[in-house]
Amino acid sequence: MSAVLVEDRVVTPPPVRRRSLVSALGALPTVVLLLGAVYCLFPVAWVLVAATKSTGELFSTTTLSVGSSLVANIGELAGYRDGMFWRWMANSALYAGVGALLSAALSGVTGYALAKYTFRGRTLIFNALIAGVLVPAVVLAIPQYLLMSKIGLSDTYLSVLLPSVVSPYGIYLARIYAAASVPEDVVEAARTDGASEVRILGSIALPMMVPGLVTVFLFQFVSIWNNFMLPYIMLADDGKFPVTLGLYTMLKQGNSVPALYTLVVTGSLVSVLPLIALFLTLQRYWRIDLLSGAVKA
Amino acid sequence: MRLDIAKKAAAVGLGLALLAGCGGGGEQAADGPVELSFWAWAPEIDKVVDKWNADHPDVKVVVSKQAQGDDLVTKLMTSAKGGNPPDLAQVEFQALPTLVSNDVLADVSEWAGSAKDKFAPGIWDQVTLGGAGVYAVPQDSGPMMFYYRTDLFQQYGLTVPTTWDEYAQTARDLRAKAPDKFLGTFSANDPGWFAGLVQQAGGSWWSVDGDAWKVSVDDAATKKVAGYWSGLIAEGAIDKAPMYTPEWNKALNDGTQIGWLSAVWAPGVLKGNAEGTAGKWAMAPMPQWDPAKPRTGNWGGSTTAVTAASKKQKAATEFAIWLNTDPAAVEALVTVSGIYPAATSAQEAQAKPPAFFPNQPDFYTQAAKIAGTSSGFTWGPNVNVTYTAYKNAMGEAISAGADLVPALTKMQAATVDDMKANGFTVGG
Repeated sequence: MSAVLVEDRVVTPPPVRRRSLVSALGALPTVVLLLGAVYCLFPVAWVLVAATKSTGELFSTTTLSVGSSLVANIGELAGYRDGMFWRWMANSALYAGVGALLSAALSGVTGYALAKYTFRGRTLIFNALIAGVLVPAVVLAIPQYLLMSKIGLSDTYLSVLLPSVVSPYGIYLARIYAAASVPEDVVEAARTDGASEVRILGSIALPMMVPGLVTVFLFQFVSIWNNFMLPYIMLADDGKFPVTLGLYTMLKQGNSVPALYTLVVTGSLVSVLPLIALFLTLQRYWRIDLLSGAVKA
Repeated sequence: MRLDIAKKAAAVGLGLALLAGCGGGGEQAADGPVELSFWAWAPEIDKVVDKWNADHPDVKVVVSKQAQGDDLVTKLMTSAKGGNPPDLAQVEFQALPTLVSNDVLADVSEWAGSAKDKFAPGIWDQVTLGGAGVYAVPQDSGPMMFYYRTDLFQQYGLTVPTTWDEYAQTARDLRAKAPDKFLGTFSANDPGWFAGLVQQAGGSWWSVDGDAWKVSVDDAATKKVAGYWSGLIAEGAIDKAPMYTPEWNKALNDGTQIGWLSAVWAPGVLKGNAEGTAGKWAMAPMPQWDPAKPRTGNWGGSTTAVTAASKKQKAATEFAIWLNTDPAAVEALVTVSGIYPAATSAQEAQAKPPAFFPNQPDFYTQAAKIAGTSSGFTWGPNVNVTYTAYKNAMGEAISAGADLVPALTKMQAATVDDMKANGFTVGG
């Protein structure tokens, strides 16, 4: 045995080749990820380029040649039906902003309760939530519409906001996060010091859960911003449309009229800008809190 | 702990109450003028409606712009089921039977019956569904015509085809002279276009026989049309890429497609898709199966319908009639929204050609003449199913390089199965 070991020691020194093999293998994921990035970013690049083209240029120039009418397109988009586009953007911001905020709050509180309190039916509730994660929101749109019309709320801002607030996935995520990031010891210590449950939740648990809640907020914001089916079914008044639905009406004007392609392309570009801005600002916040949320020894 | 949960619930409830404050604005005022809601997609139709609102302070129509298509039919049915559809809606001719059989639309014959003589009989039959009721007021129609590039026809020494045989020959001649160009395309994406061609050939997909429906999506005329296009595709004489795609737009722009079998509204589409080709196009009647009996079909066309759930059906019908027959309103529909009016008198009143066709001053005189040769057609209660089957079966056949005729059998089967599943009696 020892001989083998010794031999082994003697043989091991040239690790150079192995390391180069490892680094070659290590490059593979990078290449795959780069390909994935190109696959995801190319459509965005296309939208960016296409938004600079005029109607005449859009279908006649080479795909990636930059046009000259970005400013004109944005001007035309802003003027479409007396600034309807900005109204749709504001609606989207309202649905996504308020909806995601409330959703994050609801998920945080519910997730914490499910993670930290033992009560009868807890597993049942949690399993029901898991089942809820599996049901696609699209399937629920029409039943939700019928419910909303029954209570007279269809075609209101609330009809889109309310269903967006409850997110089984957000609650699920918050529960996992609460279980992992809020130590039982801390909660017990706070209780011993005489803090009320609400105080523990508000001053101790929620701050520790912030990175998880930011994640829930981002997920919800993006999914509400991009949601189509729910507002499509719920809303009749085009003044309450979110931007996704508004752009769709510009695209589908009947086959006797050309779709407003340039405006829709420019509108799509403008409509993803808030999402990008949100990710860039919240990402920083996210990382800091992942570090500062840990228990200090 | 229970108490705390209750507190949390209260907090959530407070949040919802705050939310309620910002929703539900602008509910209708209790008194004052009657307000009618109107779902439509025609461009700038709100400007036309403004004219009505200016003259009728007691009946205010509020337009809500919607996206056109089959989805809107679904949305209308859902809203009717939920109990709050709009008072008025723009509905395509082929969607009328679907909506009527789902009790979405009102029979307004009591107030609209007198509008009958303002429209060609073939058009009016489509809103009565062949019975005594009137379920909508026709708005626009889409008689089919042939559009071609005059400059390229001249360049390649082609003449305008007047029969389908000539059309096939012209397509072949063009391919021989310019192998990268096509006279047209067969679109597996546009069932409305195919239905128009079938109407021209004298096909009839649905008919009512007593209490039963008769369905013949694969009748002899339809087979003739499908067989004709199969042949052209097989020999490569025409293109087989779908219409209304960026590629197709590009092809219209750069002259890869030098012709388009379309409808009277084509100038508006060409202006948007191929702006650089202004003044280079001309319109001619459709190629014919029998030159002695010129016919055409309709591609597109819509109506203004009143919903069954509306509590203001009389006022709504009055508006629908005004919108589609009043000379000033129709004039605005034509010039502002760019539609081709269904009302006969308005068709004849069009003097100036479309701006995209300055070289064809008699465009609308010719168009009115062609519109007069439109074949009638009875739509069934599930046109959307037939149309979806068309897209699937034709798309499959084209990508497999196969004959198009067997696809008709699939369309027929899908249509009949769906009707039976929905409780319609389908006779042999």
